[in-house]
Amino acid sequence: MSGASGGQRWLRILAPLGLGLLLLGGWEAWLRLAGIPPYVVPGPVAIAGALVEDWATLSASLLVTLKITLLALLIAASLGLLLAVLFAQSRLLELSLFPYAVILQVTPVVAIAPLIIIWVDDVTLSLLICAWIVAFFPILSNTTVGLNSTDHNLLDLFRLYGASRWQVLWRLRLPTAMPYFLAGLRISGGLSLIGAIVAEFVLGTGGRASGLAYRILEAGYQLRIPRMFAALVLISGAGIAIFLALSLLSQLLLRRWHESAMERGERR
Amino acid sequence: MQGGDETGSLLVLRGVGKRYATGTLAVQGIDLAVAQGDFLALLGPSGCGKSTLLRLIARLAAPSEGRIDWPHGRPGPRDIGFVFQEPTLMPWATALANVALPLRLAGMPRREAAARAAESLARVELRGFEQAYPRTLSGGMRMRVSIARALVTRPRLLLMDEPFAALDEITRHRLNNDLLALWEAARFTVIFVTHSVFESVYLARRIAVMAPRPGRIHAELGVTAPAPRGEAFRTSAEYAAQCRAVSATLGEAMAVSPA
Repeated sequence: MSGASGGQRWLRILAPLGLGLLLLGGWEAWLRLAGIPPYVVPGPVAIAGALVEDWATLSASLLVTLKITLLALLIAASLGLLLAVLFAQSRLLELSLFPYAVILQVTPVVAIAPLIIIWVDDVTLSLLICAWIVAFFPILSNTTVGLNSTDHNLLDLFRLYGASRWQVLWRLRLPTAMPYFLAGLRISGGLSLIGAIVAEFVLGTGGRASGLAYRILEAGYQLRIPRMFAALVLISGAGIAIFLALSLLSQLLLRRWHESAMERGERR
Repeated sequence: MQGGDETGSLLVLRGVGKRYATGTLAVQGIDLAVAQGDFLALLGPSGCGKSTLLRLIARLAAPSEGRIDWPHGRPGPRDIGFVFQEPTLMPWATALANVALPLRLAGMPRREAAARAAESLARVELRGFEQAYPRTLSGGMRMRVSIARALVTRPRLLLMDEPFAALDEITRHRLNNDLLALWEAARFTVIFVTHSVFESVYLARRIAVMAPRPGRIHAELGVTAPAPRGEAFRTSAEYAAQCRAVSATLGEAMAVSPA
């Protein structure tokens, strides 16, 4: 915890921020100098303007998309964890079910989304299913690996003291799997947002209860390019926020014992 | 065949052998009686089945031949303590929680288990480190936590599988002395696996020299030493002479089956 590492931390924030500002400034300057109109390429100022002007519509759509994303992530996390635990208890179950989880993962969600929309009447539910399909697999696969990475000597120790299956799971396998689960969750956070957006594109649902993807489509039809970019900025922002929140969660849960959550100086 | 007076024995191995599923014969024809309160070293090169023998005694594996008798009753889960070569601690749990684990697994309430664990940590001179996580402890301290965990159930039998092999020599000597002090005080039975002649002579009252491929007991030797043993013993002529004798026996064992 020296001054050098504190300076390093500031550098980590300031360096990308400075570069970003520089690029945005260059972008704006280039547009103005070359005289490119905002309906071809909008500059940062025009985008910011659209963001402020259309905030009411855009923020409502952001909430819709976020709701789908987070709900899908929650379901993916709980189902993924539950299924991984079941896999760890029964090899037969794992062998018979895992291939289907893989099929679910490798099939592009864009390709199955229309089918899901045909089969499921409810719009929100079909969006949820699409986002869930994309978010589910990293959690299942990571947690399964984690549950199987238990230290063999520790397993022997638990056996020696007559631990029950439940005690082995609760006190040994689940804590071992925790870092793996959290890593999967971080991947799935971003994927779940992508799944929700892709499904919205395919669905193309209009009306007031539509998400950011629909706003992009809509703005595209109306040639309101700055608004398209504003929606895009919100999507990226949401993705970054989800990633940061999940990283923070992981940091808080693991900081006392896991290598991944430690400062270099603390490692031994 | 040894064994002699078996009434004082905690456990007796009779013709014990272990063949793994792969067909490898790890140990064969082991006859061994371990007296209550004894400190027995299993000495031999790597691959002579010392660890397998320890696992059979701990009932982590079942012998494929022969049997293990417990004249004074079979041990329950809390009668055996096991110390592995690695400290084998749960990284997500504090030293206290690690030591309390055997008690918690047996269903002891949290408070009582924590009190007993703190007591056990104090016995290995780790008072004040109750809330420390394993990663913040040195190798020697982690091994102490591991020993405290093995002793927390007040076992009749302590099984140690090359526990100090990965430590530096200075730490190893300290832990040797501390282990002897713990043993003098509580007189549990110890079976200590090692590949170090010096360590076996320093610690044990009896040494079973093992020969490899398949693992078997080549000879049993007694160690005579003043009690309590200390650093003076380590530099005595008596110690040197016995190390020489044990080394010679180990040499014979190796010569019988070339490594």
